[in-house]
Amino acid sequence: MKKTENVRSMLSRILPGIRSLAKRGLAGWLVLIGAILTAVIIGLTLVSPWASPYDPNALTVGRPLSPPSSKFPFGTDDLGRDMLSRVISGGGIMLQVSILSVIVCIFVGVPLGLFSSYTGGVVDRFFSLIMDSVYAFPGLILAIALALVLGRGVVNMALSIAVIYIPSYFRVIRSQVLSIKEMPYVEAANAAGARRRTVLSRYILPNVIPSIVVVATVNFADAILTAAGLTFIGMGVNVSVPDWGWDLTNGRLLLLSGNWWVIAFPGLMIILLALGFTLMGEGLSELLNPRLDQSGE
Amino acid sequence: MTLRTYIVSRILLTIPMIFILLTTVFLIMRVLPGDPVLLHFEKMENPALIAEMRIRLGLDKPLPVQYVDYLIGLFRGDLGKSMQDYSSVGQQVFSAFPATLELAIFSMAIAVLIGVLLGVESSKAYNSPKDHLIRVFGIVTYAIPVFFLGMILQMIFGVGLHWLPIGGRTYQTMVPTGLNIGSLHFSTGLYTVDSLLEGNIVKFGTSLKYLFLPSLTLGLALCGIFVRLTRSNMFETLRLDFVTAAKARGLKDSTVTYSYALRNAFLPVLTMMGLQFALLLGGAVLTETTFSWPGLGRYLIDRINFRDYTAIQGVVVVFGLFVSLVSLGIDLLYAYLDPRIRL
Repeated sequence: MKKTENVRSMLSRILPGIRSLAKRGLAGWLVLIGAILTAVIIGLTLVSPWASPYDPNALTVGRPLSPPSSKFPFGTDDLGRDMLSRVISGGGIMLQVSILSVIVCIFVGVPLGLFSSYTGGVVDRFFSLIMDSVYAFPGLILAIALALVLGRGVVNMALSIAVIYIPSYFRVIRSQVLSIKEMPYVEAANAAGARRRTVLSRYILPNVIPSIVVVATVNFADAILTAAGLTFIGMGVNVSVPDWGWDLTNGRLLLLSGNWWVIAFPGLMIILLALGFTLMGEGLSELLNPRLDQSGE
Repeated sequence: MTLRTYIVSRILLTIPMIFILLTTVFLIMRVLPGDPVLLHFEKMENPALIAEMRIRLGLDKPLPVQYVDYLIGLFRGDLGKSMQDYSSVGQQVFSAFPATLELAIFSMAIAVLIGVLLGVESSKAYNSPKDHLIRVFGIVTYAIPVFFLGMILQMIFGVGLHWLPIGGRTYQTMVPTGLNIGSLHFSTGLYTVDSLLEGNIVKFGTSLKYLFLPSLTLGLALCGIFVRLTRSNMFETLRLDFVTAAKARGLKDSTVTYSYALRNAFLPVLTMMGLQFALLLGGAVLTETTFSWPGLGRYLIDRINFRDYTAIQGVVVVFGLFVSLVSLGIDLLYAYLDPRIRL
C-alpha cells in the first residue's frame, strides 16, 4: 500500500517535469528521448542476469553462426553462443568504464579549472598551456598509449580515457569563471572577507554546475565511443565477460563471410547508448545554456 | 598587429606546446612503465639478450640522459630504433605516412562537403521537418563508432554488392610509380597524385576505388560538427543586409547562398577543420584497422601487438607533431583570409 503511494508521489513529481520538457520544443524532446534510451539500456544491463534467455558465455547453445531465428532472435556467434543474451549483458564494462572516467574528469577537471581561472596570472597560464597541449593531441592515440602502459582493467581503461577529456572540463569551467569572478556579488563576498574556498565553492561553483552537466553528458558519449575503440584494437578489459566491443572485434572477420548478425546487434547497442547521451547533451546545452544556442531563437 | 607579427607570435606559441607534447609522450612511454624492455619481453628471456637490447636502444642510461637523447634525436629526424629488429622507426613511419595523409585529406574533404551542403539546406529550412531530420542525421553519425560504420559499409558495398574493395590501398600491380622523365623520378606516396603524375588513368581510378570506402567512413563520422556549424552560421548570415541586397538585385537563389552567404560563413568552418584534425587522426587509426589501410594507424596497432615500445613512442610523437603543424597552418591561413584577426 505504502509502496504504491510512494510510486504515485514519485510519478506525480516526475510527470509534470516530463510534460514541461516536452513543451520546450525540439530541445526538450531530445533530452526526453535521450534520457529514456540511456535509462532503458542501463536498466537492461542491471537486470541482465535475470533477463538473458541463456548464459551469455555458454558455448554451443545453438549451432555456431546460426542466423536469427525464433529460437535465437539475434542468432549465434562462431562459438555457438546466444547473441541475444550477449547483447543484453554486454553493456556492463562499457558503462562502468564510462561512468568512472566521467567521475574522474569531473573531480580533476572542475577543481583545476576553478582554481586556475580564479587564481589567474602565471598559474593560470601554466595550467592552460598544459591543458591546451593535451586537448590538441589526438585523443584516441593518447588513450592507446596510456592504456598500453597502464595495462588492462576497468580502472585503467577509465583513467586512460579520463586523461584525454579532462581538458574539455577545464576549458569550459575556466572560461565561465573568468566572467563570473568579475560579478558584483563575488566582489561583495571578497570585500566581506569571505575565504577563497568559500567564494569558490559557495558563490562560483553553483553557477558553473549547468555547464558541468552539459559537458559531462556529451563526454559520456565520447567515453563510450573511445572505450569501444580501445576494445576494437585489442586493448579491451577482459575477454571472459560479454562485451559489445569484444563482439564487434570478434565479428569483424566473420562479417566477410556474410554473418552480419554477429556485429549488427552489439554495434546497434553501442550506437543507442552513445546516441542517448548525445541527444541528452544536445538538448541540455540548449535548455541550460541559452547563450550557447547560436540559432538566435 | 601586422600579418608578419601574427605569424611570428603564432609560431612562437607552438614551440612550448610541442615541447610539452614531446615531454608528455616521454613520460608516458618511458617513465610510467618502469622498464619498457622488461615489458617488451613479458616472459623471462635470456638476461644477456635483455641487457643487449637496453644498450643498443640506449635504455641503459639514466632517464634525464635518455630524455635529452630523445629530444636531440627528434631534432635530427631520428625517431629511434624498433625493439623488434632494431630497424629505423623513422623510415617505417616515413613510408606509412602518405597513406594516412591521403586518407586524412579525402576524409576531411568528404566531411566538409557533406557537412556544409547539409548545413546550408538545414539553415534554409530552419525549424522545419527537413531541418530536424538533418540535425538528427548529424547527431546519429556522431554516435556511430567509426569502425562499426566502416564494417556496415564493407558489408553493403563490398560483401553484398561487390562494388568496392573492402581493404588495402590498391592491387599489387597497380601501385603507381609517380613521375618518371629519363632518370628524374618524383613520387609523393599519395597514390591518387602519383597515378596522375604517371599519367595512368586506370591506376588513378583503382586508387580512388580503394580510397572511397575508408574516406567515406571517416568523413561521415566527422560531418556532424560541420552540419551544426554551417547551419548556425548560415542562419545568421542569410539574414544580414548584404544578402538581402543581393537577393533584391535579383540574383539567383543558389548564387546568393553559395557565393555570397557561404563565403562569409566559411571561415568558422576552416577553424573547425583545424580543431577536428586531431579527432580525424584518432578515427583514422580505427578506420585503417577496419580497412587494412597500410598507414600510420595500422603501423601503430601492429607495433602494439609486438609490444614495441620504442616504435610506438615514435608513431605517437609523429601523430602529435602532425596535428600541431596542421593547426598552425590553418591558423596562419585563417589570418591571411580574415584581416580582422590581425587587428
